[in-house]
Amino acid sequence: MLEIVIFSTLNGILYGLLLFMLSSGLTLIFSMMGVLNFAHASFYMLGAYFAYTMGMEIGFWPALLLAPILVGGLGALVEKFGLRRVHENGHVAELLFTFGLAYVIDELVQLIWGTVAVAYREPDYMREPLFTLFGTDYSIFRGVVILIAVLMFIALWFLLKKTRVGMMIRAALTHGNMVGHLGHNVPRLFMGVFGFGCALAGLAGVIGGPLLATEPGMAVTLGPIVFVVVVVGGMGSLIGAFYASLLIGLLQTFFVAIDASIADILNAFGMNVDPYGEVTGITLASLAPMTPFILLVLILIFRPRGLMGELEP
Amino acid sequence: MNDLTAVAPRQNRFSWRALSPWVISAAVLLLLPVVFADNGTAFTLMNLIAINIVFALSYNMLLGQGGMLSFGHAVFYGLGSYGAMHAMNAIDEASYVGEGFWSHVPVVSMPLVGMIVGGLVALVIGWPFCRRAGTAFAMITLGLGEMVAAAGQMFPSIFGGEAGIYGNRTVGPQWFGLDMAHATGVYWFMAFWTFLAVLAIWAFTRTPLGRMSNAVRDNPDRLQFIGYPPRNIRFMVFIASGAFGGLAGGMAAVNYEIITPEALGLIPSGTVLLMTAVGGLGVFYGPIVGAVVVSLMNSMLSDYTDASILYVGLIFLAIVMFAPRGLGGGLEQVRVAAKDGSLVNRLPGWLSGALAVILISLGLILIIELLFQLLHGDDATTQFFGLEFKAVSIISWIWSLILFGAGVAVMRVTRKLREDNA
Repeated sequence: MLEIVIFSTLNGILYGLLLFMLSSGLTLIFSMMGVLNFAHASFYMLGAYFAYTMGMEIGFWPALLLAPILVGGLGALVEKFGLRRVHENGHVAELLFTFGLAYVIDELVQLIWGTVAVAYREPDYMREPLFTLFGTDYSIFRGVVILIAVLMFIALWFLLKKTRVGMMIRAALTHGNMVGHLGHNVPRLFMGVFGFGCALAGLAGVIGGPLLATEPGMAVTLGPIVFVVVVVGGMGSLIGAFYASLLIGLLQTFFVAIDASIADILNAFGMNVDPYGEVTGITLASLAPMTPFILLVLILIFRPRGLMGELEP
Repeated sequence: MNDLTAVAPRQNRFSWRALSPWVISAAVLLLLPVVFADNGTAFTLMNLIAINIVFALSYNMLLGQGGMLSFGHAVFYGLGSYGAMHAMNAIDEASYVGEGFWSHVPVVSMPLVGMIVGGLVALVIGWPFCRRAGTAFAMITLGLGEMVAAAGQMFPSIFGGEAGIYGNRTVGPQWFGLDMAHATGVYWFMAFWTFLAVLAIWAFTRTPLGRMSNAVRDNPDRLQFIGYPPRNIRFMVFIASGAFGGLAGGMAAVNYEIITPEALGLIPSGTVLLMTAVGGLGVFYGPIVGAVVVSLMNSMLSDYTDASILYVGLIFLAIVMFAPRGLGGGLEQVRVAAKDGSLVNRLPGWLSGALAVILISLGLILIIELLFQLLHGDDATTQFFGLEFKAVSIISWIWSLILFGAGVAVMRVTRKLREDNA
């Protein structure tokens, strides 16, 4: 039992950190430009595929650095030549644009890399166990992922709170026009933030690719969950997104790990229900993919501004 | 939002002119089976288009009329379809026994069952969703779609698991001598319900509620001041839209005789959004145009190229970026220009613009096809309107760039023509 708890916690945190890498970029973009980037998970997928292709030529570590930069550059181009153009037609048009972009990127990935999963793996030496607990190995790679994620958050925090650019970004979040009046180039700032958010998604892809699977469906499976994180955390709140990421990460991992059905739980409370019924026989593991969406609907009904949000979306 | 939508002019008095679109479309519906007699593929395609027309129009009640962007509209379509399928199976059983309520119900009425189911589902779940439009509504409908799709896999006695459930449309009493065993029978069924649904959705836009839904799209705050809670209006529109989505689902149940949980998911929800936006949100017949174009592209383009879905996506992107009014909006512009006599002045600009678009897209298509060939290289040449291009030779790439460049050049040179008359 203890083994399950420890490993589920570790894996849940790992998954949660991966989610936060995606949702932090999405949140930054949303709070700045008011647009929920539907294609965000597609940039995550591009990160994984770029790292796979580059990794074969130049190795894992250079790819870890270069792939996010490439994805970020691509994101900046999309903002400059696509999103900015659509902006004047309102938020619905922007959402439609990013939706179409996700569609096109998914198709392009299938066109270039094929419809089946590619063999994107971490380097061999990272598959060695970092430590062994109760006879189960915890690989070095997972440790490295946690390390990269934590380093990234420190860097993000430092960038936003301690640098001049961070100050401008924080000012532009709430008083975009004023920042413009003071002589700063707000459109360029927007482009930078969009590119930076996409780069974060790309980084998540580089380390998420070997962890989950690098296949054309990876954007569609993770994308909606990232939106849930952003809404549950409170639109535009980075701290909220962090808590929501960890919450959903842990929730999903624990649901997968616990081998019990609804009937088992009800019976434990003294209710006498059929353990093989259609509803009561559902196992918690099979509920796991649904948990983020149940959470989303509950949050939107009972606390529409999210965990930490200041305004209703 | 304003640029995406245009308010239809108000017409109070009865006029034959207003009736003419309906007479013409009814005539087209009557003539189609004569034109395509004995062509099975055409009938399959027409039935598919009919379903998509109703589905897209029901979606536009939300997005175009009510300003609510939904990513979960397929929930109503799918659940309506499931409802109709279960009803069809009930008819099958009841007519086998020869008694009971269902033995008197004809399969022709299945879209009504779908409509009731769709409306009820929207009624039950819709209230908390309709608090806000915009991003919040988009997200919560996305969550709803994912949740229902996941639930579809979980309750096999209702949804039939991966394999779905199937039925038989030839059971039960026959009405109007409509024999559903033949393709023409199914076609008449489709034509009848499509015509009726389009008429009903159009009539809905003329009701006070339909007008209020436009108001809630354009200025919800003001509506609140006047004394109409925007949430109530959104909720009622949501129910109506869900009901018509269910009606499309009921038509699909009769047409395909099988329904799987995939019909509830994100892919059909995305397709309906695609169809509606390509056709145009602001014009009533926009989604009809979109449904026809996208259905045709989806099912016919794959015969010619492996990148068919990519082209649909690119067209969608291009329309969102450059022509936010969609294909229907473009048609409407031409129609209005023809009406007030400025068509002659505007035509050079439009035609040159169209030429530029054609050249640019030809260039893009050639680039994509060559790229595809280079990566997969099944055969060394690409068939391109009868001409053969080799991906390895530089000449093909130069051709594609020439086409693309020519398009951009035409666009630049003739820009003045369009701006002068804008």
